[in-house]
Amino acid sequence: MRRVSRPVIEVSALTKRFGATLAVDGIDFAVPAGTTAALLGGNGAGKTTTLSMLLGLLLPTAGRIRIFGEDMLRHRYRVLPRMNFSSPYVDLPHRLTVRQNLTVYGRLYGIAGLGARIEALAQDLQIADFLSTQTGKLSAGQKTRVALAKALLNAPELLLLDEPTASLDPDTGDWVRGYLERYRERSGATILLASHNMAEVERLCSEVMMMREGRIVDRGSPRALIRRYGRETLEQVFLEIARADGRGAELRAAP
Amino acid sequence: MSARGEPRGFSPGRVGAMLLRYLYLLRSSWPRALELVYWPAIQMVLWGFTSQFLMTNSSYVARAGGVLLAAVMLWDVMFRGQLGVCVPFLEELWSRNLGHLFVTPLRPYEWMIALLSMSLIRVLIGVGPAMLLAIPLYHYSIFSLGPPLLAFFLLLLAMGWGLGLMVDAMLLRHGLGAESLAWLAVFLLAPASAVYYPVSVLPSWLQDVAFLLPSAHVFEGMRAVMFQHVFRLDHFIAAALLDAVYLTLGGAIFLYAFRGARRRGALLMVGE
Repeated sequence: MRRVSRPVIEVSALTKRFGATLAVDGIDFAVPAGTTAALLGGNGAGKTTTLSMLLGLLLPTAGRIRIFGEDMLRHRYRVLPRMNFSSPYVDLPHRLTVRQNLTVYGRLYGIAGLGARIEALAQDLQIADFLSTQTGKLSAGQKTRVALAKALLNAPELLLLDEPTASLDPDTGDWVRGYLERYRERSGATILLASHNMAEVERLCSEVMMMREGRIVDRGSPRALIRRYGRETLEQVFLEIARADGRGAELRAAP
Repeated sequence: MSARGEPRGFSPGRVGAMLLRYLYLLRSSWPRALELVYWPAIQMVLWGFTSQFLMTNSSYVARAGGVLLAAVMLWDVMFRGQLGVCVPFLEELWSRNLGHLFVTPLRPYEWMIALLSMSLIRVLIGVGPAMLLAIPLYHYSIFSLGPPLLAFFLLLLAMGWGLGLMVDAMLLRHGLGAESLAWLAVFLLAPASAVYYPVSVLPSWLQDVAFLLPSAHVFEGMRAVMFQHVFRLDHFIAAALLDAVYLTLGGAIFLYAFRGARRRGALLMVGE
């Protein structure tokens, strides 16, 4: 049973300014419970900055974030135990073994029956063979699965993923995407990911928010976006938006 | 499977998790563990021979054998105490782990308590063997100071903690570019701390500065115990009050720097 019926993520007028640079420019969006949504955009579009604000790692300059109906800026410690995060750009500590890392994070989340939880995740994510290996000695694909295990330790109701399959070979990338689909179906979790991978977004997401220069310039389901732009793939839509001068893209946006 | 409810306040379990992380790190590298013991032991050996020489050539040292050895070991308590707060902190910067830690329910003050606890463990591992080794090598036991030793130990450790938290705050603000501060900061205070000589030998303006340092009061107190066989309550109270100021200031600056890091996005980016 879902704990909430309202959108899991509600963002309004969210803004982040770094000095003279406006990284996120007053964006609004909501992500319904049990869905997978994506923030899509080129480098510097504001995706990671937005995710960081949702995670509470970065304080917004203005705007509001509600997660599970809670004000993230005031009550993030009520929210954090129910969510988790994974990114290939934020490695787990290299010198600890996989089991040690999972133990530390499991304890930070106060997981009951932690040993059994780690074993179950290890089987599920096929990392049992290297639980005793130092995390820094793993391949990129193995690290991604370990990072996913860390992100699933607390069985999060909300999972935020920053480019979950970046730098993975196609086979491993496909395996991760399949796993995420199964996790969402099985747990009813909500997933928000930032990605450059259009095929991944088309496969996983029911809602896409196209970002450019800190703004959401268009949104909709992958199919609706493809249709609206008269293209054949989401990648073509992405390129049109990325290469537009901004106004062009917004003119096409649905009212 | 789920987390145990929604933690709303201080959690010893999370502090324990961070301590476990640092103990795993210590265990994973024997050279690092050895380094903890190595320097205090070498310092003690060097100053032990120096003391033996001065015992027959200096009336000051002859009046209280072991005064230099006691000083060097207690100084190491403060230095190792400060370093003990900074090195585990640096481990997080080196491994760029802050982005993972602070999406968990871990509070910054819980992390701070874990750093202080780890500092105590590192000091005991580092300075303890040197203290014990001095007994067979130089026939000097710092434990002969009696109960005041505990007071001196805690007062110097607390000062090390206060300084360590301030250095951590600098690291949060300036990243690994400020890393050398972790090793050097405390030595700036060494001359005014009057570790090996009385405060009275300092120029008068520096004496005023010295008495703003808990360490100067501790070392004056230590010499009072060793030379006059009295425990100077005035120095003890002054050091305790100053420590309270240093710790409060260190904690406040640390938490302020943490909030600043969240404003700048440094929790994800901090490094070189």
